[in-house]
Order: sequence, then structure tokens, then C-alpha cells
Amino acid sequence: MKSFKEKLTERVFLLIALSTLSVLALITVFIFIKGMPIIAKVGIIDFVFGMKWAPSQGYYGIFPMIVGSVSVTIGAAIVGVPIAICCSIFLAEFAPVKLRNIFRPAIQLLAAIPSVVYGFWGVLFVVPAIRKYLGGPGLSILAGSIILGIMILPTIISITEVSLLALPRHYKDGALALGLTQWQTIRSLLLPAAKSGIVAAVILGLGRAIGETMAVIMVLGNAVALPHSVLDPVRTLTTNIGIEMGYASGEHQQALFATGIVLFVIIMILNATAQYITRKR
Amino acid sequence: MDDLILKSGQRAKIKTDSVNLFYGSFQALKNVTMDIQECAITAIIGPSGCGKSSLLRLFNRMNDPIPGVRVEGKILLDDTSIYDKSMDVVALKKRVGMVFQKPNPFPMSVYDNMVFGPRHHGIKQKARLDEIVESYLSQVALWDELKDKLKGSAFDLSPGQQQRLCIARALAVEPEVLLMDESCSALDPESTMQVEGLMEELAKKYTILIVTHSMEQAARVSHMTAFMMMDEDRAGTLVEYAPTEQIFANPKDKRTEDYITGRFG
Ligand SMILES: Nc1ncnc2c1ncn2[C@@H]1O[C@H](COP(=O)(O)OP(=O)(O)OP(=O)(O)O)[C@@H](O)[C@H]1O
Ligand SMILES: [Mg+2]
Repeated sequence: MKSFKEKLTERVFLLIALSTLSVLALITVFIFIKGMPIIAKVGIIDFVFGMKWAPSQGYYGIFPMIVGSVSVTIGAAIVGVPIAICCSIFLAEFAPVKLRNIFRPAIQLLAAIPSVVYGFWGVLFVVPAIRKYLGGPGLSILAGSIILGIMILPTIISITEVSLLALPRHYKDGALALGLTQWQTIRSLLLPAAKSGIVAAVILGLGRAIGETMAVIMVLGNAVALPHSVLDPVRTLTTNIGIEMGYASGEHQQALFATGIVLFVIIMILNATAQYITRKR
Repeated sequence: MDDLILKSGQRAKIKTDSVNLFYGSFQALKNVTMDIQECAITAIIGPSGCGKSSLLRLFNRMNDPIPGVRVEGKILLDDTSIYDKSMDVVALKKRVGMVFQKPNPFPMSVYDNMVFGPRHHGIKQKARLDEIVESYLSQVALWDELKDKLKGSAFDLSPGQQQRLCIARALAVEPEVLLMDESCSALDPESTMQVEGLMEELAKKYTILIVTHSMEQAARVSHMTAFMMMDEDRAGTLVEYAPTEQIFANPKDKRTEDYITGRFG
């Protein structure tokens, strides 16, 4: 028999746990209530695939921003994923303990830098460099991709490193004993064996990239138009909300919530995929 | 140990001369000198922690990645010094294969496990790889059991089958020496008998070194037996090394006798 006191503590903890869950539920319900009417009015197809965003004239098409979000996220992946994976391989397999103990907290520190600082750094260094050496306005998909590519490093590195370290030691021993070099062992045994963890790491990193707002507002240029090259400015779903929420009202405000719904759905799909992949093994 | 008489017509495949092994400041092996016969089974026995695995792992340099490890003395494989600076460690591991205590199939199909080594050593033709799979699975008496399950995961095999697969996988890179560190300890009696039968078969072509905690196993399968013990500094030393019948019938050293009659550790 559990004592009364024990039962009570149990209940209290349950209540606290439930309250965090209810915050999530509340936010979700709130966004959907606020955003659904305008989607219903405009029509989901016209809302998602509409090319024109002009709230004052009643045009609510967010397709250019979906393209913006997707292109910046893919760009971030191209910049960040190879670096992150090399970095985790180095940390998990090659780095001597001393070096690892310096690297690991340093990488975690990257996650602690506020995103506005990343944006600031982007505006001061990345944007002018692009303008000078590659042309265009500098404020561009490329600038956003570089900043986001760096911002997603800690997420991808830590999860990839953990999944490499979680592999049984005897995989590696077995491969080395067969006369493989360390690099061959990593490439043909360890990376494939840790595949699900690595894919999940990348997806979570991309979720972080697609949801990032502050840093990208500062470096993307925020033009609502389909980009023609990586040097063109774009607006993402998040920046659209961040820029206009301050003064929007009525239908316009609803449309921003609806933008939030689309973002919410994309991130949910990404996270669910990551969970599904990690659970599968 | 110098007066050791090798089986007629057989030569020493591996020679060690005054080998010391250190893990940092801890000496794990002290002054180990022994000749290991070609195409025979040599068993290493002794109480836990006396350095049996450490000794075995010296022969394919599996100790190398351990931080602070240091080797003194000479170890010769066919008269080339394996701790020489010019030694190609990867090539050495090809010549000296290893089977571990726990079966360690890789997370892939039986077929891919088998061709894992050969593929990395440059064999690409499908026909040749198929041939390797059949030939080495047959050597470990798995071919008939597995020929229809080659594409299935190696994890779906029984532990005994997995261990024999690991032996076959090690053989597929065509080593000259096979090191087996307590390779039957995770197996049921029947699989153990199978693997032992296999060792005897393999000893016709390969030089085999086994570490075992089972006195019966050493007596059953090995030609030579080495008995090791820790000295007062906890460093492993070779106490007695002789033909297996002699070790078990009339050991020269009192400590060997105590150990094999079970009066020790
Ligand atoms: N990586 C290592 N670092 C430091 N010391 C080690 C390492 N591996 C083994 N040792 C030490 O070396 C000694 C010999 O270990 P080893 O594993 O060779 O013994 P063993 O005879 O194989 O024992 P067992 O029968 O339990 O497998 C032990 O005292 C052990 O603690
Ligand atoms: Mg051991």
C-alpha cells in the first residue's frame, strides 16, 4: 500500500506534467481557431499556392514564402549537414579525450548564442561579403543559408555523435580486426549502422532551421517574390509573421495565424518523421 | 621454455621474446617468451585478469588504440617483427584474424557480413564474392543451413550460428592465424562442440590461438597449452608452456597443478 503522502506527491507531479501538455494544446487550439476562418474563406489551395500577398487588397497567397522557407532550409542543410556530420565523426571516433572535452562544450555554446546575435553577425559580415564578391543585394537566400547552416550545427552534431557513440564497441573491433582502416570502418559500418540516428538528427536540425525567425529577418531581405537565384532576397513563413504581426488586424491578422498553421504542420511532419525513424530500430 | 620440442615437421609461426606490455604505468604482461606452432591449436589458460586477452590482442595489434599502451620486446610473425615501425598494421590484421567472445555479426545480411572483408580488400566481382560466401560458409558447416537465408539479417541467427558466421567472416579475408578469445563462452554446449570440431578442422590450414576458461576445452582441442598467472605486482607472466597432454598429465610447476586441479582461483 502506498502511503497518502506518496500518493499526493505522485498526483502533484502528474498535475505539473499535465499543465505543460495543456499549454501545448492551448497554443495549438488558439492558432487553429484564429487561423482557420481565413483559410476557409480564401480556400486552402489559393492560400497555400497563391502567388500574391497583398493584405490591404485582400490577396492572401503564401506560396512565395513557402518557397522562401524551403529554399533557405535546404540551403542550411547543404551548408550545415556535411560540416556537422564530419564534426561528429571527428568527435566520436578520432578526437583524443582532451580535445573532445574542449570541442563539445564549445559546440554546445553555439546553441546558447541568441539568434539575434547570429543575425547581427550576418548583417555585418556575411551580407556585405556576398554583395561584394558575388553581387546582388547581399540580403539573400545564401546569407540565410549560411547563418542557419551554422545555427543547426549543435543540434545535428550532438545527436549524431550520440548515435555513433551508442553503437556497440564490438562492431568497430570486428571491422578493424578484418583489416579495414579506421576510415573504411566508419564509412561502411558505423555510419550505415547509425543511419537512423543521423537522419533523425538532420530532420530535427531542419525543423530548427525552418522555425528560426529573428536571425533570418535580418539577412533575408524579406521580399515577397519567387526567387530566381540564391542571391535573391526571400521572405519565409516565420519572417512573414514576425514582420507583420505588430500592425496586422482583422483578416490580415487571421492570415498570419494561418501562416502559422502551415508552419506548424510542416514542423509537426518533420518531427514525426524524426521520431518514426528513431523508433523504427 | 627453450627446450620446447615442437611437433615434428612444424615450425614456429609466431615467436615472442621477452615481451612486456604496459597500460600506462600498469604492467599487464611481464617477460613473456613463447613460440607458437604453425597449423596447431595453442590454448592460453589462467585465472581472470592474468593478461590472456592482452597477450592475444598483441598478435594483431588490437591493443594499439588503447591510450597509453606500450610494448617492449619482440614479436615475430614468420620472422617479421610486427611491432616494427615499417609494419603495415592493416595488412597484419588481414593475416591475423580474430574471433571475439560474444558473436559480433554486423547489422546487415548474412551475405554482406561474409563479403565485408573481401570487398574492402578489393574483390568486386559478384561471381568471386558468391564463391567466397559459399566456400567459407561451407568450411564452418553453415552453408546448407543458410544458403536460402543469405539475404536475411545476421541477427536472426542463433548465437551458435552467429559465432560460426563470425569465424567464416574472419576466414574470408584468408588469414594465416586465427585468434579466438573465449569464443565459445557465450554458446550452448552443442554449439560449443560444433565450434570445437571446426577448430580442429581449421588447424590443418591455420595457426589457431584460443583463450579459454574451460580446462576441458583446452584439454580437448589444443596441442599446446600455456598457463599464465599474475605475479606479485599483478603483471601477467607465463608460468608453464608445454604440449597439452604434458600440462594436464604431469605439470612441472606446482602452480599449474594447483590451477588445473581446481585448487586455485
Ligand atoms: N584497456 C585497458 N586499460 C588498462 N588496463 C587494462 C586494459 N585492458 C586490460 N587491462 C588490465 O590488464 C590486465 C589483464 O587484462 P586481460 O583482459 O588481458 O585479462 P584476461 O586474462 O583476459 O582476463 P579475463 O579472463 O577476465 O578475460 C587486467 O588487470 C586488466 O585490468
Ligand atoms: Mg579476457
